[in-house]
Amino acid sequence: MARIGVFVCWCGSNIAATVDVKEVAKEAAKMSGVVLSTDYQYMCSEIGQNLLRNAIKKEKLDRVVVAACSPRMHEVTFRKAAELAGLNPYLVEIANIREHCSWVHKNKDEATEKAIALVRAAVAKVTLNQELIPGEIGIEKRALVIGGGIAGIQTALDIADAGYMVDVIEKTPSIGGKMAQIDKTFPTLDCSACILTPKMVDASMHPNINLHTYSEVEKVSGYVGNFEVTINKKARSVIIEKCSGCGVCIEKCPSRKTKSEFEEGLVNRKAIYTPFPQAVPNVPVIDREACIKFKTGKCGICKKVCTAEAIDFEQEDTKIIQKYGAIVVSTGYDLIDLAKFGEYAYGEDPDVITSLEFERITNAAGPTAGKLLRPSNNEKPEKVVFIQCVGSRDKTCRGKTYCSKICCMYTAKHAMLIKEKYPDIEVHVFYIDVRTPGKNFDEFQRRAVEEYGVNYIKGMVGKVFPDGDKLRVYGVDALSGDTIEIDADLVVLAAATKAKEDAEELGRKLSISTDTNNFFTEAHPKLRPVETHSAGIYLAGACQGPKDIPETVAQASAAASKAIILLSKSKLINNPCVAKVDETICCGCLECTNICPYEAIASTIIEYRDHGKMIKKLVSEVNEALCQGCGGCTVTCRPGAIDLKGFSNKQILAEVDALCF
Amino acid sequence: MLLESKENLTIDKEEFKPLIVAFCCNWCSYAGADLAGTSRLNYPANIRIIKVPCSCRVNPNFVLRAFQNGADGVVIAGCHPGDCHYSTGNYFARRRLTLFTSLLNYIGIESERLKVDWISAAEANKFATVMNDVLEKVHKLGPNRKLRDVRWKR
Ligand code: FES
Repeated sequence: MARIGVFVCWCGSNIAATVDVKEVAKEAAKMSGVVLSTDYQYMCSEIGQNLLRNAIKKEKLDRVVVAACSPRMHEVTFRKAAELAGLNPYLVEIANIREHCSWVHKNKDEATEKAIALVRAAVAKVTLNQELIPGEIGIEKRALVIGGGIAGIQTALDIADAGYMVDVIEKTPSIGGKMAQIDKTFPTLDCSACILTPKMVDASMHPNINLHTYSEVEKVSGYVGNFEVTINKKARSVIIEKCSGCGVCIEKCPSRKTKSEFEEGLVNRKAIYTPFPQAVPNVPVIDREACIKFKTGKCGICKKVCTAEAIDFEQEDTKIIQKYGAIVVSTGYDLIDLAKFGEYAYGEDPDVITSLEFERITNAAGPTAGKLLRPSNNEKPEKVVFIQCVGSRDKTCRGKTYCSKICCMYTAKHAMLIKEKYPDIEVHVFYIDVRTPGKNFDEFQRRAVEEYGVNYIKGMVGKVFPDGDKLRVYGVDALSGDTIEIDADLVVLAAATKAKEDAEELGRKLSISTDTNNFFTEAHPKLRPVETHSAGIYLAGACQGPKDIPETVAQASAAASKAIILLSKSKLINNPCVAKVDETICCGCLECTNICPYEAIASTIIEYRDHGKMIKKLVSEVNEALCQGCGGCTVTCRPGAIDLKGFSNKQILAEVDALCF
Repeated sequence: MLLESKENLTIDKEEFKPLIVAFCCNWCSYAGADLAGTSRLNYPANIRIIKVPCSCRVNPNFVLRAFQNGADGVVIAGCHPGDCHYSTGNYFARRRLTLFTSLLNYIGIESERLKVDWISAAEANKFATVMNDVLEKVHKLGPNRKLRDVRWKR
């Protein structure tokens, strides 16, 4: 017979005000197997835990039920306390009589009755609990960072500085990400490249960092501490080790018809190219779709001019398989496609541009060498109109419901940059609200208005109408109700940010979830903002939601420290609530192997003696290190041979019975 | 005799307090129920929650057992499709339970007594609404007698 102890917590008045705790304890004492039942004000306090520990020793309790707050809160606490008293921690169950009872019900009688039922269920379950011993697994002391923007670079540098090896995977030919495209950063207006490029160089020179540019994640298997990742290194057609980065090949390449991704399509690039002069690694790639040699077989000029003999047309994609202990996802964001916003004439008139294109135009290293020129005729504009919230805070299906967070600030920055260089240009900004929470942010935006005389108009723009070489902007001033018409020369759209197109696909590879907007979901919105629900996988930067640079860097360092904490452990403890196969019942249909999301079930052949004969039988076998304990297989199993430890069929049925009592 | 039992029924209906057993997955719906508590929302006390690791852990047997033992309604709640902590668990749950609902219909149990829904950890309001809805529906249907074990007495 079990010797169960029941401890009912008052949680101050949180529970005791709506649940008659004395009554619960009294009723619990009558339940089968219960030898001790008591109540206390704060079970989680030191005194409460001592009470539990002493009772276990004195009353020789072999099972414990704590009726208190949610197990998500203090299950670990009470299990540890029990362990200290020599009890296997998995012999402790929690009856959730706070979140599921006292806080949601008002009638004291009903709440008390329910609390008793919940305790009865916990007692019924714990009676069937068995000692569980978690296994231990080693940790691969190497981290993987997916995405080489500022978030990925910062994460990699931090982890590498802590002494662990880091691999960075970047999809494009160079690390740097969006920040490399930006001209100045708000609210200090210091030059983006000047603060980013040294970090890029640091990352490439760091002895612990390995960069895989022009590469993608192909497959991820394994689990925390022991991920196995297949990386696909796309064929660069240039041998990195040989290339000196002289750039002669680019100069001589005759193919110049492809739009430059880095310059946001404002200018063309060659078929062999580095995205930008400060690229890391400073090694070009051949865009095989644009390359004349790959298309027609004739050309090969780059190969002829390369004195380092670095060009290799035969190069193929290579696969790297590597083990990692921790993974940080920092894939960043994109701007939404503006095709659905026909009223702004984007794509129709070259003088309607996105804010990211504007960044390139004001950038001294950009296509116009920093001169503000209209893309249509390369002339200086006289009137510039900024339209904010294009697709942000938009409830219709063409936009995004959220606030993109950075647009108010960069628009103020853009307006200020124009005014600084060309005080004579008229600048108008249409906005819904100006949102400037952040250190020195509001001051910054006010300076744009007060010092630089930027004209902020609260209201929406209904239409941008190309008229000759002008753009007629029709808007409404929401404060006065007046309609406004501005004949602008340049219109800049603050397009909403969005998650990367392939975020969901990557999420699926990693078994991490994405929210309705395809941003990766953190484990807890407040308390675990950089962790995911998959242990050992962390998030940094705008792939989790819109963020500015300081926030991204802060989150990157946070994610790095989480990864470092994991890598610095010598061993990891497994979740012992895993599936278990009863080989005598298993019929070998292997149905369970098909549904396991972790490929944790395999088949094996067992031999046993039956009536003096040796019999071979095919059965399934659970790899406890891989099993995460979802229990899906238990339902699939036709003969009912698989059960889940800690949530066995018997245990759950016992709970059902007890609740319906 | 006939009259008597009819009378009994009406009396029963007046003080009918349905019992609902809810299976909630640990990662979303159980957390959603917790949040309902933390936000001090309100739902009737005859809803009782059992924690399971994932909605796919819920064996239809558990549901039958609950009906057999006198539950008037059963709720199975998991993460939203695509959000399952174990990535695909709730897809399996969805398929199994769709089939199972037809079975319930077939054996004469009103399928409204079984509610399968997706409630995320942030949807405390949805949790309370779903629970209230189910309760209302079951209340209209009256006590579940079809599968009830004859030995059972509440
Ligand atoms: S974990 Fe919630 S449904 Fe699978």
